[in-house]
Amino acid sequence: MAPTVTDDLELILAGNGGGTDLPAGGGGGDGDRPGGSRRVPQRAYFTLVQLLLAAIVMFFMALTSSYIVRKGLGTDWQQTPLPPILWFNTVILLGSSVTIHLARRRERAAFRPWWALTIVLGLTFLGGQLVAWKQLAAAGLFLDTNPSSSFFYLLTAAHGLHFAGGIFALFYVAFRDWRRSRITQATAADLAAIYWHFMDGLWVFLFALLTLGR
Amino acid sequence: MVTDAEGGGHVHSAPTGFIRKYIFSLDHKVIGIQYLLLALFSVFLGMALSLLMRVHLAWPTWKIPFMGGVMKPEDYLALVTMHGSIMVFMVLTTAPQSGFGNYFLPIQIGAEDMAFPVLNMLSFWTTFVSLVVMASAFFVPEGAPISGWTAYVPLSAVGEQAGPGQGAGQTLWVIGVAIFCAASLMGALNFITTLVDLRAKGMSLMRLPLTCWAWFVTAILGLLAFGVLLAACVLLLLDRTAGTSFFIPGGLVFTDQVLISHKGGSPLLWQHLFWFFGHPEVYIAILPGMGVASHLLSTFARKPVFGYKAMVGAICGIGFLGFCVWGHHMFVSGMSPYSAFAFSLLTMTIGVPSAIKTFNWLGTLWGGRIQFTASMMFALGFVSLFVTGGLSGLFLAQPTLDLYFHDTYFVVAHFHLIMGVAAIFGIFAAMYFWYPKMFGHMLNEGLGKVHFWLTFVGVYAIFMPMHYLGIAGHERRYADTTGVNYLKPLQPVHVFITIAAIFTIAAQLIFLFNFLHSLKWGKKAADNPWNATTLEWAVSSPPPFDNFGGKHMQVYRGAYEFGVAGHAEDFIPQYAEPEKVSQAH
Repeated sequence: MAPTVTDDLELILAGNGGGTDLPAGGGGGDGDRPGGSRRVPQRAYFTLVQLLLAAIVMFFMALTSSYIVRKGLGTDWQQTPLPPILWFNTVILLGSSVTIHLARRRERAAFRPWWALTIVLGLTFLGGQLVAWKQLAAAGLFLDTNPSSSFFYLLTAAHGLHFAGGIFALFYVAFRDWRRSRITQATAADLAAIYWHFMDGLWVFLFALLTLGR
Repeated sequence: MVTDAEGGGHVHSAPTGFIRKYIFSLDHKVIGIQYLLLALFSVFLGMALSLLMRVHLAWPTWKIPFMGGVMKPEDYLALVTMHGSIMVFMVLTTAPQSGFGNYFLPIQIGAEDMAFPVLNMLSFWTTFVSLVVMASAFFVPEGAPISGWTAYVPLSAVGEQAGPGQGAGQTLWVIGVAIFCAASLMGALNFITTLVDLRAKGMSLMRLPLTCWAWFVTAILGLLAFGVLLAACVLLLLDRTAGTSFFIPGGLVFTDQVLISHKGGSPLLWQHLFWFFGHPEVYIAILPGMGVASHLLSTFARKPVFGYKAMVGAICGIGFLGFCVWGHHMFVSGMSPYSAFAFSLLTMTIGVPSAIKTFNWLGTLWGGRIQFTASMMFALGFVSLFVTGGLSGLFLAQPTLDLYFHDTYFVVAHFHLIMGVAAIFGIFAAMYFWYPKMFGHMLNEGLGKVHFWLTFVGVYAIFMPMHYLGIAGHERRYADTTGVNYLKPLQPVHVFITIAAIFTIAAQLIFLFNFLHSLKWGKKAADNPWNATTLEWAVSSPPPFDNFGGKHMQVYRGAYEFGVAGHAEDFIPQYAEPEKVSQAH
């Protein structure tokens, strides 16, 4: 049966339909890698990160709606005074998004210091979160004190754990031997940066929720 | 040999050594079989638990040997909880999707393996760990939890003072489920990425076999739903161990203690979170079976799928609507009748794509030259049971009727027919179809047909009478109703159901024997024993380690080219090159 017009049309419309014969599939500027990952195109890694973010969004949306529902139940909600250091932490985190962006745009030589600075800022953020916890504890507010404080610790811990995963990713990008990998360090840095910016945005959202909800 | 360092070539090289080949394998085919074996173990464990339940229900005064005499009500509830949890999580969520999907998705789309083999391996072993954690609840001093697979709070949240099994047993359950969520998320990530990015040349979305569409939408459901369950489990764990009050309300009294440390929590919040996950979960259980049914009905009727595009739309519609109907599990929770109306309407709307699929299955069969293989019979059985089980769902979708039916055997009948039978038939159909490809030997067809008929008759005998019990007002999750005046006359129905259950469970041993015996002594399988059209039949049985022996597969047509006019054979495989096909005239 000769290929029909509809077959041709389908191939044209296939768009995403494979390209396993093409060198170094889409996304991510992978020109320095001959052949690329022919069997697993680069864009697969970007798909993976985006899907991961979707799953994480659902997790935090469940926590957010729990927050809203629990607050609306009325009787025992007491405002949790938010430690002012959280503002400082937020600025640090936003700064780290800037530095990671700058790192990606730089050539190899300048990449390392900006990447390292991002890691430092990230660790500073986490440290600042722990300080916030200590300050709250000093004020007598613990995980089980009241629902508002429960959510504060829960949301900051959940974000912090995911964020720590992001820091681990930054270390991984910096120290793994990328010559023996299916993707380049540049691509890995791009992937880590997407996750990093998302963690930044997520914190801004959670901070706004905690501030407005208090 | 092309290695990773050279940047091109294989996703992973051929494994050597026993551990790499069979234990910590990166090969999606091995991982798929590992999932199937986990599901096989779990289904027999789950059946054993249900057998104990059924024996107690029929003869409540009998002494059960290893349960220390007559079964206590709390022991019965522990069986209910673990039977449900193991069957839903370890059988229905793993076998159709992670088992068959893992094995056949990459091959059907022409890929060498899943996009991320290491993540794939991790997802299986994480599932394994979650099973161990959950099952260990049986072995702690107070035993397994008694709050049902739905773990409603406050029973599941307050800890050991709530009852036997509610201490360590419940905590292990929650942790086990949380681990399972992580494992499922890992699997979903892999499935979707593989489908989106690793399809072979010519394999456009509308040429995908319907099995792949089903695995695709199922993976999306899993990606979006399991995060919510994970959040719920975290909150529950904190309530249990850290003194928080997300779910536990104030003023609860347990025997003589008042729980003053908790106040203001919402048990309804747990229900919302759980069922927001729980409803997509049941579609995760059934969608792959629907994909398999479409695939098999077409293959064995030697006809294209009737209305392929509508089938794709229906799968997507069911998936989307599945997120909109969770409230129908909560009609009696005190919700506003306006909310109930909305959920009811949306639930009935799911009937539309479901009906489209059912009628298209019938349309696929109409005028076909049907080959009644064991696989086909299970596929036909799937359609029958899906209709039967689905119809009772329409009754339950009416809030006014559900006021009566909720927590009765009518619900038990509904979800067992749909999940415990139709989905299982989907698994059996897939097994009989793909066993030759996976293991290189044919299953015995005669035994398969005996297995089918005994099971088909058996499951109807078990679950149809339960509708009657429900209409008569028989509540579920009750260990012994012989002391209840208006339920006492129904006891003979329980005995009938139990005898049917014993008979049906025994019939599964035929399958088990067939499965094990044919591994070595079954007739050797050719590459394409069913004259099917999809890519897995292009390669040897079992396939080479990289699926296609290094060849870059190309797809030239849709997946259901059966009975094409003017063509010598009654099928054209997806991978047959056009010039070669025209020469076949």
